[in-house]
Amino acid sequence: MLALVRPALASMGLFTVLLGLAYPLAITGVAQGAFPHQANGSVIRVGGKVVGSELIGQSFAQPQYLHSRPSAAGSNGYDASASSGSNLGPLNADLAKRIGEGAAAIRQEDDVTVVPADAVTTSGSGLDPHISPENAKMQVARIAAARRVSAAQVKAVVDRHVEDRTLGILGQPRVNVLETNLALDAAFPKGRPPAR
Amino acid sequence: MNWQGWAEIALTLALAVGLGWPLGIYMSRVWNGDRTWLDPVLKPVEKVFYGACGIHPNKNQGWLGYAAALLAFNAVGFALVYAVLRLQGVLPLNPQGFGPLSEHLAFNTAVSFVTNTNWQSYGGETTVSTLSQMLVLTVQNFLSAATGAAVAAALARGFIANRGEGIGNFWADVTRTTLWVLLPLSILVAVVFVALGVPQTLSASVMATTLEGGEQKISLFATASQLAIKQLGINGGGIFNVNSAHPFEGPNPAANFIACVSINVLGWAAFFAFGRSALARKDVRALVAAAAIILSAGAAAIYWTETQPAPALVAAGVDASVNMEGKEVRFGAPSSAVWAAVTTGASNGSVNSMHASYMPLGGAVQMFFMQLGEILPGGIGTGLASMVVMAILAVFVAGLMVGRTPEFMGKKIEAREVKLAMLVVLVLPLSMLGFSAIAAALPEALKGLLNPGPHGLSEILYAYTSATANNGSAFAGLTANAPWWDTTLGFAMLLGRFPGIVAVLAIAGALAAKPKLAPTAGTLPTDSGQFVGLLIGVILILGGLQFFPALALGPIVEHFQLPAALAAAR
Repeated sequence: MLALVRPALASMGLFTVLLGLAYPLAITGVAQGAFPHQANGSVIRVGGKVVGSELIGQSFAQPQYLHSRPSAAGSNGYDASASSGSNLGPLNADLAKRIGEGAAAIRQEDDVTVVPADAVTTSGSGLDPHISPENAKMQVARIAAARRVSAAQVKAVVDRHVEDRTLGILGQPRVNVLETNLALDAAFPKGRPPAR
Repeated sequence: MNWQGWAEIALTLALAVGLGWPLGIYMSRVWNGDRTWLDPVLKPVEKVFYGACGIHPNKNQGWLGYAAALLAFNAVGFALVYAVLRLQGVLPLNPQGFGPLSEHLAFNTAVSFVTNTNWQSYGGETTVSTLSQMLVLTVQNFLSAATGAAVAAALARGFIANRGEGIGNFWADVTRTTLWVLLPLSILVAVVFVALGVPQTLSASVMATTLEGGEQKISLFATASQLAIKQLGINGGGIFNVNSAHPFEGPNPAANFIACVSINVLGWAAFFAFGRSALARKDVRALVAAAAIILSAGAAAIYWTETQPAPALVAAGVDASVNMEGKEVRFGAPSSAVWAAVTTGASNGSVNSMHASYMPLGGAVQMFFMQLGEILPGGIGTGLASMVVMAILAVFVAGLMVGRTPEFMGKKIEAREVKLAMLVVLVLPLSMLGFSAIAAALPEALKGLLNPGPHGLSEILYAYTSATANNGSAFAGLTANAPWWDTTLGFAMLLGRFPGIVAVLAIAGALAAKPKLAPTAGTLPTDSGQFVGLLIGVILILGGLQFFPALALGPIVEHFQLPAALAAAR
């Protein structure tokens, strides 16, 4: 019995120091030294202020911006300290109701017949930073009107932000909402919302 | 469905098996104590480690001694995790200011990480401090994986021994697997993950002011170091609530692809390592073929289900070509489908999409994969061990047909081995179906459900299936952080882990004592295509017969509600 106790206790102690402290702290050191941008959350700064992260979606309701997907993270969506999906089953009545209302709202705002699925579904994380290229294109006319520029000008900005599959096969084509909205603000400064 | 999707799925599966082969040869060298290129660095560390711990690595343990060491090591691990989770409120490195986990949640979580399940009744970013994530959860990610690998190493020694007694040294197997295999690979993959965008910081969060003037608190962690071993160790417990669907755990398709390959590569490696260490490479190729065929079929099936029209999308006149609820845009159907198959086939349990929102048959494949006992390729070592158990049953069935004592890899398979193999198999329905039946009748348990109807039953069945299989994924509508769920799921995880491991070690001990036989004309070849077919049959019939009635009441009945729902929608 005692022959078991010492190896069990001592090895757990040494493993804890090696794997629980040395390993994560060493990786942290390397990460902070070599990849400080990624290691600290890929944040985007505008004029020194943090406006979000390249990787984390945020809510957009104003007409001059691309709108993100619906979100189940936190009570108001896009709570980046409480990630969550809806976890509703495919036949859940609440899901059908939410998607129906979402599609109706989009048809009011945007001139579209077949709404892209990502525009009315919540993502797995509730923090999806992307929308599909179809979803982005559907919103071009509204953004152009709100910014009082031509649809072609807005479309050019959106097109520049379409990312294709990695190596041609991995993942899906997508548009980063926050980065595109920042580019829209940069391209059409008058369209910026009034400062609060 | 499109060709890019099929190509991604095929590439993911093929690369995991393909890399598993050389890694398996390396792992076998580590188990056998052969020379490796890391020896100059690690041999001195190993020596100091053994000295400090009073370990005699060359002492050949019998199966009982091996099992006792394994259980003692895991018991100490459990106690340490439980203590740190209960005390995290007063311990340092808690920038989040989290209080202690409740008794039942700490019990559930400690069992979960020690058993390589990584079921999470909590949301990581709202519950567990940086210190707890690093000091106990990361550590158990390594050690539970090494424990599983040790089981495969011991089983291999049982097959090559000729009237022997010992099956190796548990302490040496765990130490060598951790130092030579898990740690170097984790360092490599963790750094790649950081380069691809995964955070690695001791800060708890960063505040952002959004473009529309809102405040957004973005949680951060030392994510990459835990993410690497979470996948390589086939553990699956996420730093964040939504696991690898979170953009910080799966920032882009490249990181997702590397993670998805990492999920099962060492599971396959353990198969190949066993083949080399047990001098049975050809037989293991048959086991790999059987597992890979079933896994590929499941991945294809899920890709198909997730590109079928979802009634809620059809009703709203929305593009219904992909069931996007619970999926990330950067992943879409193929990345999500292949991940769902791999994570349930490999006893990993991390998710990059919400399984609860899959089409009914997509969820059914996920549950079925876990109910097969995690052999596709399952956890590191434990999956191989369960697959060998299936092969023992397959040669037993074949032996019954011709009235001959079966042999497998040069060992006679007799009553003792078959009884132990059946114990490994029968513990699964006992726990999965037994607990589910009780929970389905308990108002206290039903309070935790989110979805009504058959999907609610699926939440229950999925939970006990996942816990018993030591998988850890969930139909996450279930609110599992309650005394009933935490406690019973904890017991399900223990039942699914240790009785099976002890039975496999007992098989290894029994086999070690037998003489090694040369194959004769009467021996059933276990490296043929015919045996692969027989093995797949045994796996599916055992799995199917035991679990079909339960699946029929959950996802299958839900599937047959689809036509009516679609007709109403159109």
